[in-house]
Amino acid sequence: MTTYADAPVANRNATGRRRNRWFAQVGWRHLVGVLAVVFSLFPILFVLSAALNPLGTLSSTELLPTGASFENFTNLFEKTAFAHWFVNSLLIAGTAAIVSIFLSSLAAYAFSRMRFAGRRFGLLTLLLIQMFPQFLAIVAIFLIFTTVTDLWPSIGFNTPWGLFLLYMGGALGVNTWLMKGFFDTLPRELDESATMDGATHAQVFFRIMLPLVAPILAVTALLSFIGTINEFMIANVFLTNTNSKTLAVGMFGLVAGERNNNFGMFAAGTLLTAIPTVLVFQLLQRYIVSGLTAGAVKG
Amino acid sequence: MSTSLSGPEPAMQAPGREPVRSGLPRTSRTARNHAPITATGLVVKVVLLGLVAGIAIWVAFPLIEAKMWVGLAILLATTAGLFYLYLTPRHIPVKYLVPGTLLLIAFQVFPVLYTASTAFTNFADGHRGSKDDAVVAIQSSSVKQVAGSAEYALSIATKGDPTSGPLVFLVTDPKTRAVSAGDGEGLRPLDAGSVSVAPGGKVTAADGYTVLNFGQASVRSKEIIDLVVPTPGGALRSNGLSRAYEGRAIRAYDTGCDCIKDSETGKTWTADEADGSFVAADGERLTQGWKVNVGLQNFSRVLTDPNISGPFFGTLVWNFAFAIGSTGLTFLLGMAIALALHSPRMRGTNLYRVLLILPYAMPSFAMLLVWRDMFNTDFGLVNNLFGLGVDWFGEAWSARIAVLLVQLWLGYPYMFLVATGALQAIPRELTEATSVDGASPWASFKAVTLPLLLVALSPLLIASFAYNFNNINAIWLTTEGGPFPADNPTNGATDLLITYTYRLAFGAQGAQFGMAAAISIFIFAIVATVSAISFRRTRKQEEVYS
Repeated sequence: MTTYADAPVANRNATGRRRNRWFAQVGWRHLVGVLAVVFSLFPILFVLSAALNPLGTLSSTELLPTGASFENFTNLFEKTAFAHWFVNSLLIAGTAAIVSIFLSSLAAYAFSRMRFAGRRFGLLTLLLIQMFPQFLAIVAIFLIFTTVTDLWPSIGFNTPWGLFLLYMGGALGVNTWLMKGFFDTLPRELDESATMDGATHAQVFFRIMLPLVAPILAVTALLSFIGTINEFMIANVFLTNTNSKTLAVGMFGLVAGERNNNFGMFAAGTLLTAIPTVLVFQLLQRYIVSGLTAGAVKG
Repeated sequence: MSTSLSGPEPAMQAPGREPVRSGLPRTSRTARNHAPITATGLVVKVVLLGLVAGIAIWVAFPLIEAKMWVGLAILLATTAGLFYLYLTPRHIPVKYLVPGTLLLIAFQVFPVLYTASTAFTNFADGHRGSKDDAVVAIQSSSVKQVAGSAEYALSIATKGDPTSGPLVFLVTDPKTRAVSAGDGEGLRPLDAGSVSVAPGGKVTAADGYTVLNFGQASVRSKEIIDLVVPTPGGALRSNGLSRAYEGRAIRAYDTGCDCIKDSETGKTWTADEADGSFVAADGERLTQGWKVNVGLQNFSRVLTDPNISGPFFGTLVWNFAFAIGSTGLTFLLGMAIALALHSPRMRGTNLYRVLLILPYAMPSFAMLLVWRDMFNTDFGLVNNLFGLGVDWFGEAWSARIAVLLVQLWLGYPYMFLVATGALQAIPRELTEATSVDGASPWASFKAVTLPLLLVALSPLLIASFAYNFNNINAIWLTTEGGPFPADNPTNGATDLLITYTYRLAFGAQGAQFGMAAAISIFIFAIVATVSAISFRRTRKQEEVYS
């Protein structure tokens, strides 16, 4: 009789112990993971809820979606120049990412594979210049571009090309060291044997070096793209016409005056801006980890 | 895709291991015979150089029109240099460095040097132009209507957009009925054939100008009142929206005493060349001054003037705390989560990772603004969720905590990613060996994992520190530097040096470009020193030069 009654108790103790051990070894890890995911996701959930909120105000938005209306999205396209901002941002950030990666990989090739007078000086100068944020020179930039706008209006204020050129000023400083690091990891025997076979230095660069670092170039370009999309301060000084604004400048204006009422539209815009980057991020995730450990910094 | 930038290149001369000064001519001459002249390379080169020539011509015309000969000379020299560089088979490294370097010099180095040079001047509102400009401004702003002043019929016009274009006065002389256009530079007569004048003398249309209607003009009445058109005898000012008068300048510059004299009160203000302003005997300064070199005055004011040095050092301390806090907290949290998820028995780590890095992929400018609104006192999510009524951005410490919390959210996924990457690179045998030897998990983490992680990640931590030190978005899009103490609206509790500088340069208190530039140089020196010290300590430098 006693054995009959004791059995489930002993059994319960055993499962309890097993559960404890499971928690000590694995369970707490899941607990940490879940808490971290909650911390990561709740602001994003809030944005989603605000974007779907039919009232479209900050005060009426709760953490969990209270309705499902696409009114904010339609308002965004009808009442603001969001489509213009989106295209401007994609154009500027896309071109800037590709061109800056190309320019800095050219320079990095020279620094990595060639020995010339002033090489060490050049590398150090780049490091030093990189530490002076371009934004600190905003007064000078403003005065310079006032003259440029007078002379060549098509690359002056309120044009994507002027802003693009300005961003390109920082292209070498940011990525050359990083690229040089990538090129240094490629064995020299590769390009030396190609040279022996009669390849020119340009062929070595375009046909051997570039394809080998292509995945990491893609990651660096993506990070540079995101950095440019998020750049706000210089663009804010540079772009004042509604139709020539970028996403950052335009959406800032959206909530600058009418903070409460435009919040739904703003949240909708945030989601639309996020979709392309989040998708590419998840696709490139594997490479991103290796690119980041090699020293890429998101702007 | 053989885009040979340099076309027929001696093969042996390419990526050179040989010392720079070794006998190049011999190898080149023999090699040139076998040089592979790729057709695509040649085509690409011709096209690119043609593009360069085209751009140079496009750039040249406005320069010639504006008679900017120095600019034209620089343009010609650059273009000629580019043609030489890409047509000669020599100077191979330069061919790769020049494209980026040109942009770097034009849009980064030049503005930075320009900024550095303004740090030694008193460039600010009221000290923008030359002494002559200041004299003209003083004279024309002292214009008063006196008995017998000539009256003109006035129309307001612009050459640009009616709501924002620079304003022009179109005035008709009551006696001669001649029409002139006037702006801040002076009065220019207009051809009688190009304007139509109403019977009352008001100009109704003029070639090349848009005449503002009454509604458009009244919106910009403040600008119209402020517009002063200098004339030989004094200046033209508006009197309402349809009449202008030519008044006499009460104050005039006297070259003899190098001073400004007021003809009504007889007061004089003598020019002070060291300060760039006109100063009266009783110490009164005229607001319009001119730009002069002040040497190290801006720098010494930052260090010694109690009104500036107090906020400066306070901001400096918080700036360090912010940069170290942002970097340190994100690193700690990111590493902790990476350690927790880094176990061979864990399932679903990929799912966790995909969800965890979402904040990193979201557009940060937008999320900063979202966080700003989540901290809103009245209807923000943070107060609603926890039933609080905290005025987050109203108190210095809660604003600082809020800003760091936002930084933590934005930055920890990055640290989580890099820490995961670094953990995977640490051989499992190392940690297993310590546990076999009887070390506790904490001891093995402290003795093995942490040092290895730090070696791998310290360059990233330094870069992150340098980035956050000047992270203007993080502050400007959330607190805008506030809250501000009641007695000092230029320096708030969460201001970084860079936002403080921005407010000095562009703020509502009047632009102080010289002072802002001096602080920029301080920022640069601080970041450069910190980075140099830490790079030296990690000894990464040595390896990279190899």
